[in-house]
Amino acid sequence: MAKRRQGLGKVLLASMLLTLTVALGGCSGDKQDGDSEKVSDTAAASHITIGIPQDLDSLVPSLSQGAGTQEILYNIYEGLYKPDSEGNLVPAVASDYTMSEDGLVYTFTLRDGIKFHNGNPVTAADVKYSIDTCAGLNGGEPVISAFSNIVGVEAPDENTIVITLKESSSSFMAILSTVEAAIVPADAADLQTNPIGTGPYKFVSRSLQENVVLERFDGYWGEPAHIKDVTLKVLADSDSIVMNLEGGAVDLVARISAAQAAELGDDFEVLEGTMNLVQAVYLNNAVAPFDNEKVRQALCYAVNRQEILDFVSEGKGTLVGSSMFPAFGKYYIEELNDLYTTDIEKAKALLVEAGYPDGFSFTMKVPSNYQQHVDTAQVVAEQLKQIGVTADIELIEWETWLSDVYQGRDFEATLVGVDASTLTAGAMLSRFRSDAHNNFINYNNQEYDAAYAEALAAESVMDDDKATEAYKKCETILAGTAANVYIQDMCELVAVRKGYTGYTFYPLYIQDFSKLDIQ
Amino acid sequence: MRYIGKKLAAMIITLLCISFLVYLAFDLIPGDAALAALGTDATPESLAALREQLGLNRPFLERYLEWLVHFLCGDFGTSYKYHMPVADMIVSKLPITVIMAVISFFMMVVISLPVGIYTAKHSGRRIDRFVMALNQVVMSVPHFFMGILITYLFGMLLKFFTPGGFVSYETDFWGFLSYIIFPCFAIALPKIAMSVKLLRSSCIEESKKDYVRTAYSKGNNTNKVLYRHVLRNAIIPVITLWGMTLADMLVGSIVIEQVFNIPGIGRILLTSISYRDYPVVEAVIVLIAFVVIVTNFVVDVIYQLVDPRISV
Repeated sequence: MAKRRQGLGKVLLASMLLTLTVALGGCSGDKQDGDSEKVSDTAAASHITIGIPQDLDSLVPSLSQGAGTQEILYNIYEGLYKPDSEGNLVPAVASDYTMSEDGLVYTFTLRDGIKFHNGNPVTAADVKYSIDTCAGLNGGEPVISAFSNIVGVEAPDENTIVITLKESSSSFMAILSTVEAAIVPADAADLQTNPIGTGPYKFVSRSLQENVVLERFDGYWGEPAHIKDVTLKVLADSDSIVMNLEGGAVDLVARISAAQAAELGDDFEVLEGTMNLVQAVYLNNAVAPFDNEKVRQALCYAVNRQEILDFVSEGKGTLVGSSMFPAFGKYYIEELNDLYTTDIEKAKALLVEAGYPDGFSFTMKVPSNYQQHVDTAQVVAEQLKQIGVTADIELIEWETWLSDVYQGRDFEATLVGVDASTLTAGAMLSRFRSDAHNNFINYNNQEYDAAYAEALAAESVMDDDKATEAYKKCETILAGTAANVYIQDMCELVAVRKGYTGYTFYPLYIQDFSKLDIQ
Repeated sequence: MRYIGKKLAAMIITLLCISFLVYLAFDLIPGDAALAALGTDATPESLAALREQLGLNRPFLERYLEWLVHFLCGDFGTSYKYHMPVADMIVSKLPITVIMAVISFFMMVVISLPVGIYTAKHSGRRIDRFVMALNQVVMSVPHFFMGILITYLFGMLLKFFTPGGFVSYETDFWGFLSYIIFPCFAIALPKIAMSVKLLRSSCIEESKKDYVRTAYSKGNNTNKVLYRHVLRNAIIPVITLWGMTLADMLVGSIVIEQVFNIPGIGRILLTSISYRDYPVVEAVIVLIAFVVIVTNFVVDVIYQLVDPRISV
């Protein structure tokens, strides 16, 4: 009997294991076959899967909010003009424009024969509709606040659009070239489910939190895209990026960390660019002890920025000395980087002068979703210990950062990166005017306000040299008064599977898929 | 009948409390949907305009009651972030999470039943001690870590599946199944270990009772005693465990979805929380609570069917 018992148990156990093996192994066999087929297929049909960190918040350009959404929509939609990889504004839906002497009237000529993804030609009426929507002239609030400057949009004939401004603005063309101001069909039923633009890629399908599928638009007016099918796959968990790349689920992921790049095998190439932002310990200039310029300068002297780069990103990144990054070209002042070279003794002396001979402690709020900022904060906190200053790092959620730090200005110091929404000096510098609504560090300097007003005045009379000069003065004041502890423009690392070429870095938040190609 | 009516009333009150608490929690934590949407581009005017548009500037209770009335009428509202009906969002993602829970449950029953009985029959022998030791290890590993281990073993080393290579059930059902079988295994494993342990100890305990000796003395052989008498009693606590596990598996799959990059209900819930997308979070949480309560109710009923001695 004992024998029989054992026999039954063994059969049970064996059959159970068998079921499991068949279940797990059987499907996996299919999978492997499917995979190898897929690889050969993709080469012929030209396909790329790109990992994106979050789902698109909206497919309607004027409703899109996140930079991560707009950089993708760049491929589907175009404005009258659009930025190229050098940061210049190039004609897109318009082929040319003229500006009146007083800078108030812009006249655009529409590109000949340009079509929407649905095959319909782009008419002046479509352009008028799109601009009116953004400017709130169709009723409702302006979608783009800077467009409240528009008083009228006229379409005198089929190929001409005339936009009239309340007051002249040097940043108007830059704002007009953002994805939010893209041209959409006036008669489109629902752009949210069926987006129609004029860009090199057209929308195919979308599955929430899973993927967005794009296909090359063969009727594109410009140089057509090389790769036919583009799938954007949402990789919500940043820890899974390396696994997804190595496993073959995605071919390209932008903005990976140095640690992730180091984990990647030989199948991948890691391209290096810059993130185009200013990472700094932003100090609340209105609260003690940071209302004291000497204290702020002491922190600047105590921080060793090269050491931060070495620790956090294996030495990659570009040092910055003020609220401006190198991609801005003419506005960027490289010399400001050397204003505060690490000098612990000097930092201590400044603290004594400021009345803090024994140092002090403060709280540094850091958004927890940005690992690089968190890592940097830890190095900074270590470095500040040398001058007796204790920085307590408080990790907070991004939404909490927005409400408490950015809007509520309830903080002592925070470590983040501030970027530019357009390639205008104002995008970086206007926030430090004492009365700016987004002056979250409470910077208050009359000299700065005067210099900024000078720049605006020069711009309104189209004196670019003088405006540039004034903007540079603003940067110098920010650096001189140590408004913040400026650190770096972080390096941007992009992992690309070998075989794919043509990834192009832009000085703005843009991912251009049309330039990608297969070797 | 009275019992069911009482249960139903308790259920409704529980759901009401939960939905209220979620609303309250969102009111208390910093940040709101308008701020999350506008980010650093927000101006005081645009914030005020968007709050007005979304109705966020009205009193808390008024907003909650309005949401409740709409919800009860079957109108789940529109997502702040995706500008699409919440019901559509949930309907397209719910099957993923439900199928995962069902497969994991099935795995648990099919594997733990024979293993539990086998180890009970051979308690104290080498095979039993080995299985029990293994069991202890598996039980103490949290399922998300199990997910990482499984991804590494089956995905990276053995290449049975492509990590992150999830395909939707809508495009390729078999591809979908062959992918989710691994996350399901990760969810099921700790539960298998638990029910094996419980079934084994429950069998051993039952077999020490007097009626077992009587059954033997009537001339039954070991198998007959085990399957006809011992198992019927020993299985009762296990069924309770399974019932609680079913709800647990639904919740567990939310975590596992993140590990295996599966865009199910869990992903929707997590992203909506960070986006302060109240309508979506409310609907998902009430839904999950509903499922948990209903499964518990069903377990109670099954409990009675299995053991007529229990009357509630």
